[in-house]
Amino acid sequence: MKIPRGIAADTADLVRPKEIAMHDIIIIGAGVIGASVARALSAYEAKTIVLEKNHDVCEETSKANSGIVHAGYDAHPGTNKAKYNLRGSRMMAAFCHEHQIPYRNNGSLVLAFAEEDLPKLEALRAQGTQNGVAGLRILTAEEAKRLEPNLNSEVRGALLAPTGGIVDPFELTIAQAEIAAVNGVEFSFDTLVSGIHPIPDGYRVSTDRGVYEAKIVVNCAGVRADELNNMVSSRKLSITPRKGEYCLFDKQVGTLVDHTIFQLPTQFGKGVLVTPTAEGNLLIGPTAFDIDDKNDVSTTAEGLAEVVKKAKQSVVSVPTGFVITAFAGLRATEKGGDFVIGEAPDAKGFYNAAGIESPGLTSAPAIGDDLAVQITEALHVSLKSAPLCKRPPVVRFESMSFDDKAAAIRRDPAFGKIVCRCELVTAAEILDAIRRPLGATTIDGIKRRSRAGSGRCQGGFCSPRVMHLLATECGLDPRDIAKYDQHSTLLVGFDKDDL
Amino acid sequence: MISKSLVIIGGGPAGLAAAIAAYDAGERDILVLERDCVLGGILNQCIHNGFGLHTFKEELTGPEYSARYVRKVEERKIEAKLDTMVIDLSNDRIVTAINETDGLFRIAAKAVILAMGCRERPRGALNIPGARPAGIFSAGTAQRFVNIEGYMPGREIVILGSGDIGLIMARRLTLEGAKVRMVCEIMPYSGGLKRNIVQCLDDYDIPLRLSHTVTKIHGKDRVEGVSVAAVDDNRMPIAGTEEFVSCDTLLLSVGLIPENELTRKAGVAINPKTQGAIVDESLETTIPGIFAAGNVLHVHDLVDHVSTEAELAGKNAVRFIRGLDKGSSAVAIETGFGVRYTVPSRVHPAAATAITTIRFRTDNVYRDSYLSVLLDDERVQHLKKRILTPGEMEEVLIPAKWLLTRPGLKKITILVEKE
Repeated sequence: MKIPRGIAADTADLVRPKEIAMHDIIIIGAGVIGASVARALSAYEAKTIVLEKNHDVCEETSKANSGIVHAGYDAHPGTNKAKYNLRGSRMMAAFCHEHQIPYRNNGSLVLAFAEEDLPKLEALRAQGTQNGVAGLRILTAEEAKRLEPNLNSEVRGALLAPTGGIVDPFELTIAQAEIAAVNGVEFSFDTLVSGIHPIPDGYRVSTDRGVYEAKIVVNCAGVRADELNNMVSSRKLSITPRKGEYCLFDKQVGTLVDHTIFQLPTQFGKGVLVTPTAEGNLLIGPTAFDIDDKNDVSTTAEGLAEVVKKAKQSVVSVPTGFVITAFAGLRATEKGGDFVIGEAPDAKGFYNAAGIESPGLTSAPAIGDDLAVQITEALHVSLKSAPLCKRPPVVRFESMSFDDKAAAIRRDPAFGKIVCRCELVTAAEILDAIRRPLGATTIDGIKRRSRAGSGRCQGGFCSPRVMHLLATECGLDPRDIAKYDQHSTLLVGFDKDDL
Repeated sequence: MISKSLVIIGGGPAGLAAAIAAYDAGERDILVLERDCVLGGILNQCIHNGFGLHTFKEELTGPEYSARYVRKVEERKIEAKLDTMVIDLSNDRIVTAINETDGLFRIAAKAVILAMGCRERPRGALNIPGARPAGIFSAGTAQRFVNIEGYMPGREIVILGSGDIGLIMARRLTLEGAKVRMVCEIMPYSGGLKRNIVQCLDDYDIPLRLSHTVTKIHGKDRVEGVSVAAVDDNRMPIAGTEEFVSCDTLLLSVGLIPENELTRKAGVAINPKTQGAIVDESLETTIPGIFAAGNVLHVHDLVDHVSTEAELAGKNAVRFIRGLDKGSSAVAIETGFGVRYTVPSRVHPAAATAITTIRFRTDNVYRDSYLSVLLDDERVQHLKKRILTPGEMEEVLIPAKWLLTRPGLKKITILVEKE
């Protein structure tokens, strides 16, 4: 990729060596947590920049998770997980509605398969109630089957959490990053942090793209948050990546279940779930394996087999012939077992949002709000007087009414050209994905913003066409167009180049 | 709303042949809707030869074959809208489509022919474990890059799946300068035509590894290699046989699926075996006036068969428009031992033409077997077959007299017999 992206006016300064860019706040990481913090901080009078080592937002754990808005019964009362889960869960519906993020309050079920496990459901219900979760109810097997006819008949009882939901994790991240960007937060991508050093009144952050200084650093570095924390704090954190593998199914079978179906949790997590996604697919997973390599998001034969086996325990008829893709993500599991949120006790101005594993997605907007309050109080900065600018509207042709579709094509003929057949994505939407704030420059970036290539043929049909639009719109040579970063180009040359 | 006698969805080989046949049967009010910017469908990127041996008795390339049909469509001045995507089809044959110039429009059709073709199965359909780097393409996507766009998708290639597109691409990529390391096939036999194995692999010394599959994809940003292993009779990898094969590209040729989104929206019943519509001898689906032909109905090996099948759909759509009654009673066509599916799956004796062609595939390789036809319990055909393989579509011909001389006939069974 030849174009640097998402950097505001002082880009030229940044790449000049030894030049130091001054900010009030540096956020490290542009996953859902970094985006949430950036979005929340963009409401304040502070000069904020987000440093992201990848080429786009939402490139790691935020793109590979269950997409669940957890009701909040899992976490032990009094923990950060319990606190932020509940807050996040409560704010999610309105938040997603306001920012055009696909969300559905589908409710969730936790299944028990043995009589002796029924007390565990009751314990979970009591814990949830203590956490403040509303509406929790124990169902008999018959009641559960009535709600979800495809459940395994071995089910002996279930916990119903009516406030459970599903959200598009890509959009939850992208939307917040966009809001931050349109409200003045800078983003610097392909920027890997290599060191953080205290300086009078703040920190100096060294990266492979120059040096940054700020009064406040917010560590939202996912599975690497321990490494950053340990650069400045003696309260060491230790994060083990815990891999979770998933299978995603064709929308054709997206209504196999309506609720999110969990099994009773184990010491490694919430077990394998079967759920519809906010976009209408069926998703099963994840596994839970602790691994060593923070870059290893490969799927494994054993993992995928386990996912299928365990999912079939909940829903026997999981239609394995309709899998369209499999993926793996890494949970940032901190040894303390809880989210680490707030200013490091021995590093003034260094704020952590570390150890964010499940229910991290649910908690993200609430964590962002909370950290923004803490940070701006410390900085003594106030809210902007003007209301926040909204992100540009997201227009989805597929979900429009007949009349709206007709009007859209009259307004912009590019809505009349379908690029992705599976998800019915038009050229207008691809161009919008490119032109939006922090717009897409890669095939994956377009996929996550427009859904082109995320359907049942997985880009087989549309990828050459998406590539054309990207090349034309960005003035790129098609050979430089990549899946997600400068090393992942799709084409190797012209025909007969190597003859 | 516009009205049309016949709307054909898709301007590939099936749609074109259907349009021409309908025109030649006397219908003039025909509209072909094609989503690409040219007619001809996937044939446009199939620049190899081997098309038309049955239809024209000569070897043509894909574009040459389709050009002959496009010319006939143009000579007949059959209306075709390009760059036009059908986004909905109702069970009362209202077609909703979009394009950049006409916007969103609806057509009330007396008859509809589905001719949308098929698409390739993606990696997920196989659940191949490993990383998700750039460099994994379906064979057809790679074919488009090489033959239409002029770009190479890779230099060192492993192909998984020995379907015809995979075999063709092994040769194409070799001719364009890539090194094709091997073609792996999980089954003990190839899913492609024998002639393609000879002409595309053997002639270029490209190994075909039968009963082998890719068990892992390596590489973070770009494919760096794949693990290949032998599989047992249950298609499970055999421990200890795994080997690393270095490559920068994995091509998948792992099957085609008829593209039936619209068919489902209309409420047409789908055969789970073919993933295409259930049709009778006239290729009419379970919804009156909606016909299907070509790869959207079931995946063919030869475009020549697509053309003849689509001609039948074209003629029968015109008969439907004219109100021809097929009679109420239909005979079921059932799959016996060894037969995976049949198209059609029922036949109306009163409407059957002199010969009804039943196309099918076997579910395995059968050597020195017999292909039999039973009318109820009476065996009326017992044909010796040296080899029957799922990779080659078979057909049996049912003369109308078999049906008409047996008024109480309930079912026709097609089966493979050892003796």
